[in-house]
Amino acid sequence: MGLENKILVKLKSAGFRLNDKWLVQGVSLQVEKGKIVTLIGPNGSGKSTTAKIALGIYKKIDGEVEKYTNKIGYVPQKISIDWTLPLRVKDFMSLTENLEDKTISEALSLTGVIHLKDKNLGDLSGGEFQRVLLSRAISKKPELLVLDEPVQGVDFTGEIALYELIKKISEDLNCGILLISHDLHTVMSATDHVVCLNGHVCCSGSPIDVAKNREYKALFGEQASQTLSIYEHKHDHIHTSEGKIKKN
Amino acid sequence: MLDDFFIRALFAGIGVALVTGPLGCFVVWRRLSYFGDTLAHSALLGVTLAYSLEFNIALSVFIISALIALILINLQKRTNLPGDALLGLLAHSSLAVGLVVIGFLSFIRFDVMGLLFGDILAVNVNDIIIIWIGGAIILLVLKFIWKSLFASTVNYELAEAEGLDPDKAKAIFTILMAAIIAISIKMVGLLLITGMLIIPAAMARNISNSPQQMVLFSVIGGLLSVIIGLFTSLEFNTASGPSIIAASLFLFILSLLKIKQSIKLKN
Repeated sequence: MGLENKILVKLKSAGFRLNDKWLVQGVSLQVEKGKIVTLIGPNGSGKSTTAKIALGIYKKIDGEVEKYTNKIGYVPQKISIDWTLPLRVKDFMSLTENLEDKTISEALSLTGVIHLKDKNLGDLSGGEFQRVLLSRAISKKPELLVLDEPVQGVDFTGEIALYELIKKISEDLNCGILLISHDLHTVMSATDHVVCLNGHVCCSGSPIDVAKNREYKALFGEQASQTLSIYEHKHDHIHTSEGKIKKN
Repeated sequence: MLDDFFIRALFAGIGVALVTGPLGCFVVWRRLSYFGDTLAHSALLGVTLAYSLEFNIALSVFIISALIALILINLQKRTNLPGDALLGLLAHSSLAVGLVVIGFLSFIRFDVMGLLFGDILAVNVNDIIIIWIGGAIILLVLKFIWKSLFASTVNYELAEAEGLDPDKAKAIFTILMAAIIAISIKMVGLLLITGMLIIPAAMARNISNSPQQMVLFSVIGGLLSVIIGLFTSLEFNTASGPSIIAASLFLFILSLLKIKQSIKLKN
């Protein structure tokens, strides 16, 4: 295996159970250098859980996680910050790694929030904070980026620009990206590999393959895949409540 | 003029304030004031055991406080009781057991007031050495875990995901809390140690806008409180602990005036 496709993180039929309820199980995937892997799926399908398994936040898991890098940038889906801390944007930027002032400025410029550098973190709007979160994750030039809905709350034009930025970062830094997104258009245009989750891996493959997949259509509706629906495979199981799977 | 005992108290107090400044910021940030109280209450048991076994007081307090912290973490995992109930349970039961043990030790003359509120007359050269060496170790360890502890205070998952070790930092910080209580108990007294941790840090929060600044102001506030408090204590013959804490309260009130001003400026 060449250096170009060095594996950064690998999940082998990984799963996580909270109070006897499986949040997700049997997930196998890998993120390689320079590749974007996107997780899609309905609410509660285990996307964020899968990301946290990959990051090592959840420790008591089923299956295996192999991590081959420690240079990781993470944008969590939900973040609650305690405002008893006096924290400016630039303090937040070097939270997990000390960065030079220049590096901080560059990263903030990339997402268009350089003017907020000396502002208190508590004074930012939701969209501004989201941009700062993304800046922080990319500023340390990570090998692996885990982005859990990185553009939520960002305005429409900003959203497109940020997705372009993410694509550019993966090329410039040659880092691997594990992306969670609801925006199917973006997913289909900017992703190398799609994993469709619904408590387990429903289907995975290149965006085109997944769009043709019947389970994908069952989850996201006919429209989501109308452009490419030549090929269909037989759906060999149905979903019951609580994410259980029943074979046909 | 200044007496020997006063110089000793000043040295001891300054040593304590240098350590409670940064540690107190974390107590405020991580919402650990009741945790600090619980450890401080348990210190009474440590002191009585030290007397009855003729053991070093600081070491004994440190061991008992660390033990209580361990028991707390264990109870949090085993029971469904809320955190504050467990803290209250441990604080008051360890205080009660400590007082009961004092009752049995009738052959030793105890200065209970001094234990509760601090006694500058009791500070000897040995105590100063313990405070400065212990304090230096605490600050060194804190510097070592700072990144992980601070990052996980802001957000646990970010710290964990990006290769830091929040769980280890938290465990070490708990031990540091026990250590600061052990070295400052003679100066401030066990009922007021948490005040020494929280009030200067709270004052600093009011007037700072970055973490580093808050730590710095917290240290300065602590030092001023000790100096003003001890001089007052000497002048008016009041107990040292309460005088120091009252001085820090005074500084806190001053910091509120600054907030009021800046709000006026904004409008």
